[in-house]
Amino acid sequence: MNIAIILLILLAGSLVTYFSGNRFASKVAMLFAIAAAAFSISLLLEYQSTGATSYSIEWISKPNIAFSLKVDGLSLVMLLLNSLLLPIIMLTSISHTVKSERILYSLVLFMSFAMTGVFLSSNALVYYVFWEMSLIPIYFIVVLWGNGERAKRRRSAMTFFIYTFAGSLFMLAAIIYMYVKVGSLELHDIYNANLSHTEQIWIFLAFFLAYAIKIPVFPFHTWQASVYQKAPIMGTLLLGALMSKMGLYSVIRWQLPVTPYAAHELRSLVLILSIIGVLYGAIIALRQDNLKRFFAYASLSHVGFIAAGVYALTYDGLQGAVILILAHGFGIIGLFFSAEVIHRRLKTPLISKMGGIKSSAPKFTIAFFFMILASIAIPLTFNFVGEFTIMYGVYQVHLGYLLPLGASMFLGAFFMLRMYQYVMLGDKINRSFPDLTINETLVFVLSAVVLIFFGIYSKPIVDIISPSLQELMTYINR
Amino acid sequence: MHDILEQVGINNYIYLSALLFCVGVLGMLYRRSTIVMLMSVELMLAAANMLLAVFSVYHQDASAQVFVIFSMAVAAAEVAVGLAILVAIFRNIGSIDIDNLKNLKG
Amino acid sequence: METGLILLLLIFPLAGFLINLFVGKKLGKTLPGLIATAAVTGSFVITLIYFIKIVSTGQAIHVHLFEWVSFSDFKANFELVLDQLSLIWLMFVTGIGALIHLYSIGYMKGDENIDRFFSYLNLFIFFMIILVTANNLAIMFIGWEGVGLCSYLLIGFWYKNHKFNDAAKKAFIMNRIGDLGFLTGVFTLGYIFKTIDFDSLKLAVTTTSNLEVSGLLGLGTLCLFIGAMGKSAQIPLYTWLPDAMAGPTPVSALIHAATMVTAGIFMITRLNFIFNLTPDVQLFIAIIGAVTALFAASIGIFQTDIKKVLAYSTVSQLGLMFLAIGLGAYHVAVFHVITHAFFKACLFLGSGSVIHAMGGEQDMRKMGGLRKVLPITFATFFISTLSISGIPPFAGFFSKDEIMVVAFENNIGLWVLAALASLMTAFYMFRALFLTFNKGFRGTEEQKHHLHESPFVMTLPLIILAVLATIGGLISLPFGYSWLNEYLSPILVAGVPAEHGATSHQFMLIGISVLIALIGLAIAYYQYIVKSVVPEEDDKITGFAKVAYNKYYIDEIYDTLFVKPFYVLANFFKNIVENIMNAIVFGFGYLIAALSIPLRAIQNGSIGLYLFFFVIGFCSIVAYLFFV
Repeated sequence: MNIAIILLILLAGSLVTYFSGNRFASKVAMLFAIAAAAFSISLLLEYQSTGATSYSIEWISKPNIAFSLKVDGLSLVMLLLNSLLLPIIMLTSISHTVKSERILYSLVLFMSFAMTGVFLSSNALVYYVFWEMSLIPIYFIVVLWGNGERAKRRRSAMTFFIYTFAGSLFMLAAIIYMYVKVGSLELHDIYNANLSHTEQIWIFLAFFLAYAIKIPVFPFHTWQASVYQKAPIMGTLLLGALMSKMGLYSVIRWQLPVTPYAAHELRSLVLILSIIGVLYGAIIALRQDNLKRFFAYASLSHVGFIAAGVYALTYDGLQGAVILILAHGFGIIGLFFSAEVIHRRLKTPLISKMGGIKSSAPKFTIAFFFMILASIAIPLTFNFVGEFTIMYGVYQVHLGYLLPLGASMFLGAFFMLRMYQYVMLGDKINRSFPDLTINETLVFVLSAVVLIFFGIYSKPIVDIISPSLQELMTYINR
Repeated sequence: MHDILEQVGINNYIYLSALLFCVGVLGMLYRRSTIVMLMSVELMLAAANMLLAVFSVYHQDASAQVFVIFSMAVAAAEVAVGLAILVAIFRNIGSIDIDNLKNLKG
Repeated sequence: METGLILLLLIFPLAGFLINLFVGKKLGKTLPGLIATAAVTGSFVITLIYFIKIVSTGQAIHVHLFEWVSFSDFKANFELVLDQLSLIWLMFVTGIGALIHLYSIGYMKGDENIDRFFSYLNLFIFFMIILVTANNLAIMFIGWEGVGLCSYLLIGFWYKNHKFNDAAKKAFIMNRIGDLGFLTGVFTLGYIFKTIDFDSLKLAVTTTSNLEVSGLLGLGTLCLFIGAMGKSAQIPLYTWLPDAMAGPTPVSALIHAATMVTAGIFMITRLNFIFNLTPDVQLFIAIIGAVTALFAASIGIFQTDIKKVLAYSTVSQLGLMFLAIGLGAYHVAVFHVITHAFFKACLFLGSGSVIHAMGGEQDMRKMGGLRKVLPITFATFFISTLSISGIPPFAGFFSKDEIMVVAFENNIGLWVLAALASLMTAFYMFRALFLTFNKGFRGTEEQKHHLHESPFVMTLPLIILAVLATIGGLISLPFGYSWLNEYLSPILVAGVPAEHGATSHQFMLIGISVLIALIGLAIAYYQYIVKSVVPEEDDKITGFAKVAYNKYYIDEIYDTLFVKPFYVLANFFKNIVENIMNAIVFGFGYLIAALSIPLRAIQNGSIGLYLFFFVIGFCSIVAYLFFV
């Protein structure tokens, strides 16, 4: 099957939604999202029977750039994450009308299109184009449909845009340098390029800047909290569940195998930064009163955990990181959506004004509590499998890294349960808190089912990703 | 034609056109009136055209003269557009002095 | 068939949990309790079947389900094992569990969230079964964390009270600190032996001739013990257990006395063949255990809340078990776990019955004279107190005495600590008994009017447990007549040391133990019966009593040392670090803006100037082309 079709589906979806009119926009967009999900599942089935597939057409003859895509196990799971989350993300807002829906949903689909491109492309320039393309829709989503004062959110979105864009330019410079050096930007040519040690270090740092800002890794995270807070729910979910994963995926695909020497040389530096991020996010979350901002810092802590797994440069670290990327994607949806559910009902984002919700909304309590459990990685959730594996990966590097990283086990539990206590428990009476609607329940149920199923039986995912990761490891350990 | 070229000497033609071009350039730089500046541009164009014509004769190649015709046609069109813009500016601002046209200030 | 039946062991409580969680509200007020009790009873019946089987055949049963997680070095399969150790634990987990479920039907009657309560209890049993039947450390960790989670849910069951929620949170977080140690231990073992299966570990330990890795091995066992510290409330991670008494009393009985807190002992016994290789860590365990036993007992003396007394007594008894484990006497520790489960569950349920009668009052200073109104509760409480104090022929006597013998034979210093702890135990337990049940009633008139004996569903478990607390000692009689030691011998690699018959010093030790218990009893009797002392009000307590009453201010110290700094750091990060980093990021923006000011002067809008630069530029290009 031609893998470019999924890009076409999403692009066509974006256009059709734009012209469909506000009344049907959300339904049309949902249709395309489901079509994309169905297609990626069929890709999965095909992958299981035939293995990795690729697709390439001539694009620019000089410099020699081909529009080439490739699906291996790693890309496939990222693709699945993207396309399975898209309908769920849309479901969060589908029964909630906003102004100019057709443009909003069109942008959401376009963003998904760009991110899919990032996950699939196997040519560095194509990859870069998609990478930057994904920035445009999210800027408009935040500015036009966000929360809070317009001027302020414009400022946050602009900061975010320029910050990430500036970081990416360093990556572009590195890509151009590699083209000059290698004469091709095809993935496996770059992998096999003979770069000197100094070159590798510079390229590694250039890539790191782009990815550290996008993921974000401490201390490049300053844009994150305010953008997450000000974005509308779909924007927050796209950012938190998918866009940060784009950065992590890119580290695995584009940074480590290209510059293995530099990666080993600078491992302790980036590992320490990631771990600081984990602890920093966990501690600073204690003092957040805005629930979405709270989750933003929680997310900073969690993606730091994943980054630590990636930069451990061990097979287990990578495998755990990919697993946690998937798990965190589904988990973060539940968390941010819980904040949204509360916000819709109580009309306040402040934790200090919440409390006592448990008595009036039993279904929501179960859903929310489950999501919290998943995020603090209780065994039998998918997150645990990821964290467990990452921790072993980091352990193999040195015990000294594991202990501060592992401190997030109880720090994470501390800030999460503390938040839960003040939001849900206590004896404040919130009469105006109706329980979940069907659509809302569906969002939670869908993500919870994934988290539990793979938490108990993660072998299918591991079977898909391990061949690709093994291959990448041979490059990383060159 | 060729005789005249030989009598006068190609160097003198080149000097003349260079002089003409410099006059055009200095006119551009020193004059404040947009109309005069436009005329100076035409002067520079004329200098270039003359050079083309001279070399055309010198090389016995007619294609350069075709260029001259083309560029004159384009110059005419350019002047038409330029004057139209000037008229529009004059209507809006009431002056065509370039010191008053400072909207490009950064 | 075999697999199905064993899985049913897990499925019963899981089903009970799911039913009560999702449709419990629609089942009314009595059905949830019945469903939950039936589920656990079902598990108990299955356990019983296999227990009988293993007693007769001695063959362990393995159930392999599927691969759970895999690493480059080792795999963890979802695999259960029913051997001697897991079955004996299952016996009292499901057995006492069923009794406590039954008791809860009466105790929790009328609570608006009774369905939730029973669903959590069932979930707890589910995780506890996973914990004890796990065949590798990763699966054990599922149960390990799972029971911690249920403990959190149940301590904070009355969620409207933020104090209870705080206690629940504290329990969970302290446990998680231990869990980090546990995980590190698991990783270390996996790293050394490339497997975390118990059977393969056992094999690896016996076949690996050079254990040069022993430094790493010591780290592994130490980390695992830190995990046990958290779960089994040992110094320094014990402070959560007394606070955990915020939960409903049946929870305290089930989780914080009989089952969950013994998980640490279970784990170390499971891995005895590895702990045996690291004598330093074993000694450390023994010291921690003995110190905890004494320390907790000294706090217990001054408590006035009946449940707090029992909580500290639990910490102290767990300390004794760790003492035994540290000295390599795993069978003794297991024996004490079992007898402790009987008498401590009975004590807790008894206190629950008292609290029930008192309408929620837990302060012993307001009780007294309850013997006449609560005869069954009194009788069972009395038997259990005799048992825990170590007075023959009750169950506690046998197990405690064995610990004393082991301690005496290995390390006199530790024996002294343990003996002192026993003395205190006997004292404060009788103090609690006398204050609660003897003399006149000190509560309000309203409470007095409300006093009544608990219903049959609550007294039945009490009676059964009291019987077990009386005769439980029979499973391991001294002087070589121990059924338990023989039963456990396949599990313990080093084997159970052969009993060398009755020696004189053993008789002497028994005598001393009994004497200690009687002294404790006598002091308590003199203080609270003869002199009728009633502990003073909170603000009148002075001197050492005040320090001990306030638990040596350990909570406050922890708060200042470990909790407050996080908030200070959080403030620091939020108000300072975050702003600095923001300033740096925006600083780049402002830098560009500042650079633009001189450059902007060139772009002044004057066309003449632009043209001038244009000409200059053109001329320079021409000059470059011609002259360079």
